[in-house]
Amino acid sequence: MNSERKDSQIESSTDTAVGGEVLRVENLRKWYPLRKGFMETLLSKVEASVKAVDLVSFSLGKGEIFALAGESGSGKTTLGKLVLRLVEPTSGKIFFQGKDITELSQRELKPLRREMQIIFQDPFESLNPRMIIKEIIAEPLRVQHLAKTEEEVEERVKQVLTEVEVVPPEEFLYRFPHELSGGQRQRVAVARAFILNPSFVVADEPVSMLDVSIRAEIVNLMVDMVRKHSASIIFISHDLALAKHIADRIAIMYLGKVMELSTSENVVDLPLHPYTQALIAAVPIPDPESKRTKDVISGEIPSPVNPPSGCRFRTRCPYAHERCSTEEPPLVEVEKGHFVACHLYT
Amino acid sequence: MAVLSVEELTTNYRTLRGWVRAAEGITFQVAPGEALGLAGESGCGKSTVALSLLKILPAGGIIRKGKIVFQGQDLVPLSEHEMRKIRWKGISIIFQGAMNALNPVFKVGDQIGEAIKTHDPKVSNSDVKERVSKLLETVGIEPSRANNYPHEFSGGMRQRALIAMALASDPSLVVADEPGTALDVIVQAQILRLMRDLKDKLGLSMILISHDLSIIAETCEKVAIMYAGRIVEYGNAVSIFKDPKHPYTQGLIKAFPSINGPRVRMTSIPGQPPDLLNPPSGCRFNPRCPYVMDVCKRVEPMLEEHGERGHTVSCHLYH
Repeated sequence: MNSERKDSQIESSTDTAVGGEVLRVENLRKWYPLRKGFMETLLSKVEASVKAVDLVSFSLGKGEIFALAGESGSGKTTLGKLVLRLVEPTSGKIFFQGKDITELSQRELKPLRREMQIIFQDPFESLNPRMIIKEIIAEPLRVQHLAKTEEEVEERVKQVLTEVEVVPPEEFLYRFPHELSGGQRQRVAVARAFILNPSFVVADEPVSMLDVSIRAEIVNLMVDMVRKHSASIIFISHDLALAKHIADRIAIMYLGKVMELSTSENVVDLPLHPYTQALIAAVPIPDPESKRTKDVISGEIPSPVNPPSGCRFRTRCPYAHERCSTEEPPLVEVEKGHFVACHLYT
Repeated sequence: MAVLSVEELTTNYRTLRGWVRAAEGITFQVAPGEALGLAGESGCGKSTVALSLLKILPAGGIIRKGKIVFQGQDLVPLSEHEMRKIRWKGISIIFQGAMNALNPVFKVGDQIGEAIKTHDPKVSNSDVKERVSKLLETVGIEPSRANNYPHEFSGGMRQRALIAMALASDPSLVVADEPGTALDVIVQAQILRLMRDLKDKLGLSMILISHDLSIIAETCEKVAIMYAGRIVEYGNAVSIFKDPKHPYTQGLIKAFPSINGPRVRMTSIPGQPPDLLNPPSGCRFNPRCPYVMDVCKRVEPMLEEHGERGHTVSCHLYH
């Protein structure tokens, strides 16, 4: 097992953050141990684990929209939960507004929770079906004791409902989630995330469950809310076309590693990593006359329990050479603000 | 002559609250070797059309009107017994490759073999085995994997196995219901490429059902856009994507961010699809349409040819 893989290797921090930094993670790692049977424990000492996120470093600027993209199993959701301390990291550091929050207890975290929120993928699951809209949105206020009177709670809820265009708010306060459409539910989830005026939000595939014709308005709403509240957002998405249009920067993940990180134009229009190139070549284009020119790479994402040695993408990479199987490429800046983890560029 | 010609097909679901008008007045043709894309949002009736073609509608689903003419024979009046001869040998279906489309307790090879034997009981066991190997090879799976169980397959391989199964009895028309959905973009591209190759190699006719217009643009020659149980626009794929006539088609195409081109703010269609228990009067799109006129609320528009030959649209703007 290669469990002691270059822990010391500090991958160069990736800063092009605009107007100060909200979040920084350094060499963040999350390995989920696999359950073992009794006999296996006796017979082998090797700890097997799912390497969901492995030595990831990046930073997020104030007001920045940062997209995490990659296939399922690339670790993007785990990374999103790690930075909010919803999942405990195995190693690495998380700095929020300059403060190390890696070791804080849940009690110490509570005041910071005001500043960090999450929007989940499925608005049918993320809203409690037995609570009315008013209580769903007011819950963060109550938990944080931020409203003194019942009138104030209702006022704040109405105000944020208006902001997310669930209007008139009076009509929705006492409804249950099942009485709302998918788009309205996701708006309620956005309202709940923004009622505390957070400075940082993680949105985990917030529109992938919605119909195409509604997707755009929810995305636009989120972008507007982020700008209005001058918040920063990590937008997790498998849809690169969507990420390109809304994000300032995109990080491409593969098997728990960041493969490429740059501005969204750089990543999508001038991709450097062979994996990013393959991903973009595979995106279908809504134009019957544009025929796919590039070949589709073969194979599927390997198991994160036993990722390939060296570069994790080498088993599917059309340019793989000997060095790729022995040496893991670090994420390095090959052009100003354009980071790539590939031996082709080192 | 068309392999399949659907005329004024109306399929409704009977519920306690009344008829759900899932598909109404559906008319289209599929020529030999041609792929037709049936596009629309969830709940627009596209899957209902697919299930109607094979007459495998869930309980309550009833074909109330229209004809489904397959190779010169109307399928609507056929009995269940007669339909069994059409299914799989004439028309087969590729289901979405999620976990539940394959039986978890049988080997993949046996499940494909079952499809062969059910529709052709005279084939000997060794012939079945050989054909399963060949089918797996055609769809790009190592034939030795026939002895694996579905959970030992990856998502992409499961979808490939379902394609192999659909091809088991040499059908002339394959209906694919969201074949790429739930797969990652690279695997999805692999599957779509496989389907295009098979279509060209075997001369299959295909009906591809998807909510994703870009998948249809890449795979199909003809497109039918569905909204709230009706076809609103129908014609050649190039003509529809280059010159969409119906306001809904225009909105839908714009709602798809393209990975090419500059960054723009995304556009959407305000509102949401109607309740099919009680669809709006006149044009069903009228509550969301930016060009709505008085007549739209009263009179239901008919599909009529406009512009290029064979490009039909149902919208009062063009009448």
